[in-house]
Amino acid sequence: MQDLKEWRETLQQQSHRGDRPSLTVGMSTCGQAAGGAKVMAALEEEIARRGLQVDISQTSCIGMCYAEPIVEVALPGKPRVFYGDVTPERVPTLVEKHVLQGEPVREWALIQLSGEATPYEGIPVMPGSTYYGRQVRVVTSRLGLTNPESLEEYIATGGYEALEKVLGQMTPEQVIEEIKISGLRGRGGAGFPTGLKWSFTRQAPGDKKYVVCNADEGDPGAFMDRSVLEGDPFSVIEGMTIAAYAIGADEGYIYCRAEYPLAIKRLKMAIAAAGEKGLLGRDILGTGFNFDLHIKAGAGAFVCGEETALLASIEGRQGMPRVRPPFPAQQGLWGKPTNINNVETYANVPFIIKNGGQWFASMGTEKSKGTKVFCLTGKIKKTGLIEVPMGITLREIIFDIAGGIQDDKQFKAVQIGGPSGGCLPEDKLDLPVDYESLTAAGAIMGSGGMVVMDENTCMVDVARFFLNFTQAESCGKCTPCREGTKRMLEILTRICEGEGRMEDLDTLETLARVVKNTALCGLGQTCPNPILSTLQYFRHEYEAHIKDKRCPAHVCQALLVYTIDAGKCTGCGACARACPAGAISGEKKQPHRIDPALCIKCGSCMEKCKFGAISRL
Amino acid sequence: MADVTLTIDGKRITVPAGTTVLQAARDNGIFIPTLCHDPKLTPWGGCRLCVVEIEGMRGLPASCVTTVAEGMVVQTASPQVVEARKMMLELLLANHPRDCLTCSKSGACSLQDYAYYYGVRGDKFHGEKHDYPLEDDNPFIVRDMNKCILCGKCIRVCAEVQVNNVIDFAHRGFNTRVTPAMDLTLRESEECVFCGNCVQVCPVGALAEKASLWQGREWELTKVRTTCTFCGVGCNLEVSVKDDHVVRVRGYDNPLVNSGWLCVKGRFGADFAESPDRITRPLIRVGERGEGRFREATWDEALDYTARRLQEIKEQYGSRAIAALSSARCTNEENYLMQKFMRAVIGTNNVDHCART
Amino acid sequence: MDLGSNNDANIKAKALAEVLERYAGTEGALIPILQEAQEIYGYLPGEVMREIARKLKIPFSQVYGVATFYTQFHLKPRGRNIIRVCQGTACHVRGGARLLEAISAALGIGKNETTADGRFTLETVACLGSCGLAPVMMINEETYGRLAPEKIPAILEKY
Repeated sequence: MQDLKEWRETLQQQSHRGDRPSLTVGMSTCGQAAGGAKVMAALEEEIARRGLQVDISQTSCIGMCYAEPIVEVALPGKPRVFYGDVTPERVPTLVEKHVLQGEPVREWALIQLSGEATPYEGIPVMPGSTYYGRQVRVVTSRLGLTNPESLEEYIATGGYEALEKVLGQMTPEQVIEEIKISGLRGRGGAGFPTGLKWSFTRQAPGDKKYVVCNADEGDPGAFMDRSVLEGDPFSVIEGMTIAAYAIGADEGYIYCRAEYPLAIKRLKMAIAAAGEKGLLGRDILGTGFNFDLHIKAGAGAFVCGEETALLASIEGRQGMPRVRPPFPAQQGLWGKPTNINNVETYANVPFIIKNGGQWFASMGTEKSKGTKVFCLTGKIKKTGLIEVPMGITLREIIFDIAGGIQDDKQFKAVQIGGPSGGCLPEDKLDLPVDYESLTAAGAIMGSGGMVVMDENTCMVDVARFFLNFTQAESCGKCTPCREGTKRMLEILTRICEGEGRMEDLDTLETLARVVKNTALCGLGQTCPNPILSTLQYFRHEYEAHIKDKRCPAHVCQALLVYTIDAGKCTGCGACARACPAGAISGEKKQPHRIDPALCIKCGSCMEKCKFGAISRL
Repeated sequence: MADVTLTIDGKRITVPAGTTVLQAARDNGIFIPTLCHDPKLTPWGGCRLCVVEIEGMRGLPASCVTTVAEGMVVQTASPQVVEARKMMLELLLANHPRDCLTCSKSGACSLQDYAYYYGVRGDKFHGEKHDYPLEDDNPFIVRDMNKCILCGKCIRVCAEVQVNNVIDFAHRGFNTRVTPAMDLTLRESEECVFCGNCVQVCPVGALAEKASLWQGREWELTKVRTTCTFCGVGCNLEVSVKDDHVVRVRGYDNPLVNSGWLCVKGRFGADFAESPDRITRPLIRVGERGEGRFREATWDEALDYTARRLQEIKEQYGSRAIAALSSARCTNEENYLMQKFMRAVIGTNNVDHCART
Repeated sequence: MDLGSNNDANIKAKALAEVLERYAGTEGALIPILQEAQEIYGYLPGEVMREIARKLKIPFSQVYGVATFYTQFHLKPRGRNIIRVCQGTACHVRGGARLLEAISAALGIGKNETTADGRFTLETVACLGSCGLAPVMMINEETYGRLAPEKIPAILEKY
């Protein structure tokens, strides 16, 4: 243990960024998708071409997805500057100006992290910028700033201090007590108090116990866990190791969905690195405490995010949930007491132990403590990953942090909690984000996906979208979910296609209520939420589809009607040529007409018309 | 185990701890419908028809997998419960053929009975229905997966009783089906032994005995309890008969013997009863051995003849010239008597058995 | 069943045997074994599943149940390049459906189909978790973000 301390001190001295400039490219999944690898190659080429002595490395997602690819440029003793939307074409200028001449390219710079250095003028400083000002970064504190594949950087930035403290000075009971004081609740959705869960597993009789990390982040619109796994895998591993010590387990599993290859790769590297340095495996830090950690890759089933289905999947069976009780704390993996938490929950643990439960509890609201990571997506200006204190309002998140709606359109709804969540309208924007408030409003905290919708989003279509998802992901075990999601989807599809009847709404509501009350697992019990919340807040949109055969957001194709304004039409014929169905006719230089019987409502004509003569109703 | 007192529908009930709410209700004459539940199989909790309202619990828990607790207050027929059960039946019927008119299960079908009980017509939803081909490529069982409600009893019987694991759930969600590997038929799987216990537990008409199709409606059948003659186990049978014709054989639930389960012979081998080759009277050979000529005799004559011949052989050649070969189809008592007779009366140890090797 | 040429089949069978050997005695090994078997064969042929069942001493029906439950497993051969179009919420509101249509039209195949030349298989995925770049798709291991139907032909050209 003394070795670890000394090693950390040595690393910390080294890591005062040396005497060479460094270039760091965001290479998480979204960074790569946005072209990070090409930028990296261009940087390498440029540096080689000029024969410069520069370190090039990679990091993870800093959270500003809207600006990927992101490159950090740091000169010795100067602030770290982050550039967004970097293209290979911009690379030469960036190197020339910033690396060689020492002058940041201000118009491309997003933000700077100055530390002890004097900030550059004209570039927002990270704490205090509009995007970061309201954020409190705990579990995301290393994201985008350190190399996630380096155990050295993890330790230099305070990693494994918590495990050191736990193994050196704390009893398992004290660890659990500290977590209880922090008020940490499960970040996977249901919000069960973590300390209490740990104490149940600790108290359960049995010699063999497991800790399991639920990294099967399957909600569409959610990538918090992926970002943490890709950006700070060691924090999750350290958190699990502490949990294992607290509950008396010597073996653990991380169940990560197979769609996250980079996260799995980084976890594997991290587990190997930690094992090599005696931070995992036999006799950790020479204290006699053993903990083996394995990775299980999921195989593509959303329902495996449900804890009993997840356990069944680790055991090699279909991911069909079973009835609880018995809870996994009593009978979990292979019938042994098992503690299951999600990625973000474990990632919080080292910070809580290091800074104390009181510190964590000082953030957030009375019942929801600490911070929460959210993924902002949909029709907002700044999509990305943010971490905010509990209790912040939706309005602050959407308008202050994310900059409001794309193209300054009208906000319509925010969907929180994925397929289990609900859609909240404008008048709920001042709701504080905490477990109880969101549930009361008909949404849920869920894992933290937040999809913003504008005036061009049809709420019936959104409900149909989610039911399409849950219907495809239903495991098939219980009647209400297997058959009920199918029928709800059919009704919603009918309404979207203009075939709905008013009595469908009653049927839909009753069915949704019954499924919610009777389904076996969390997936089934919550899958009606998108329907119930849209029916509650946007019933008028349903009625417009049914009574007026009209989609107010112009989304539901079957209900669209394209017409040509004879007054504006110049008879150029561009629309007729674009029409794949041959539905448009008219003499040259004469107003054209659309035959509604032939029109397939693809919208090609409208895109082609230069005179704004075609309208969609 | 300690006792627990709870209230079900206003009635105070005391049952041993660990009992399920369903069992507690049924033991006290309170009706709760079930489709996937079978007390002899592992609980499943999938059909959700047995949901009840329990004070202080979220939603409507399934009573078959909820254990009783001290002071628990249960409602089995509240408006919310009835609404949920009706909806569950509507959902099942929405994906179920409407051929009760000709379905062999009619009259003994749980789905039909519950739909009648709750007045559910099955006309609330009109959407996609399964369209699987009928599986009737084997001589014993007809599988109509369109009628399957995915209660999984057949899977559990195959795994837990027969321990053969031929079938399992495959695919997922709405497309879930019960099937042998590779979506083969039971026959093609080459693993099924056709014990037919799956047919016996099927609550609907998805599984049926092939030979019983079109042989009689449920209410026309006379049920006769008897013992299987195929082996010494003596499984209890319930034979359904119409007009002196055996329509089907099922196991009778006698926990001392076979708990209702049967093997392929007992269940599907009853056709011997009506075979023209069946010997129904004692026969005494006339003419030479191998010639195959016999005449009918009375039991008295046949027994006298046998006793006389045994005596003659014993006197002439000694006891060791006589041997007895017994049968696995006899009961233990019969086999005991046989060896006793040979040892005490004939005076030999020449006793053997067809199933010895 | 045709599992390729004799030599090829032998190499694959050997690789499978190695996988089974490596997992011998490991609890809960079925899913990782199926994943590795699929890596070897490109899909899960029936004979391979039967062999896995035999070696693990578990029912064939259970192996089949697991293989058909998880969307990652494929029971039919797939194309050399796998296109996976994201159908997540963010992609949906940013035109994911039109993207799928464009790819489908360009290749002349529908969802879960493979082109006649075996070049592409078109699949959808519930969410790739790159919502900030919606709409997105993956071709093999590469993710493409901020897509529009008109960008599709040039991308497909590369494979």
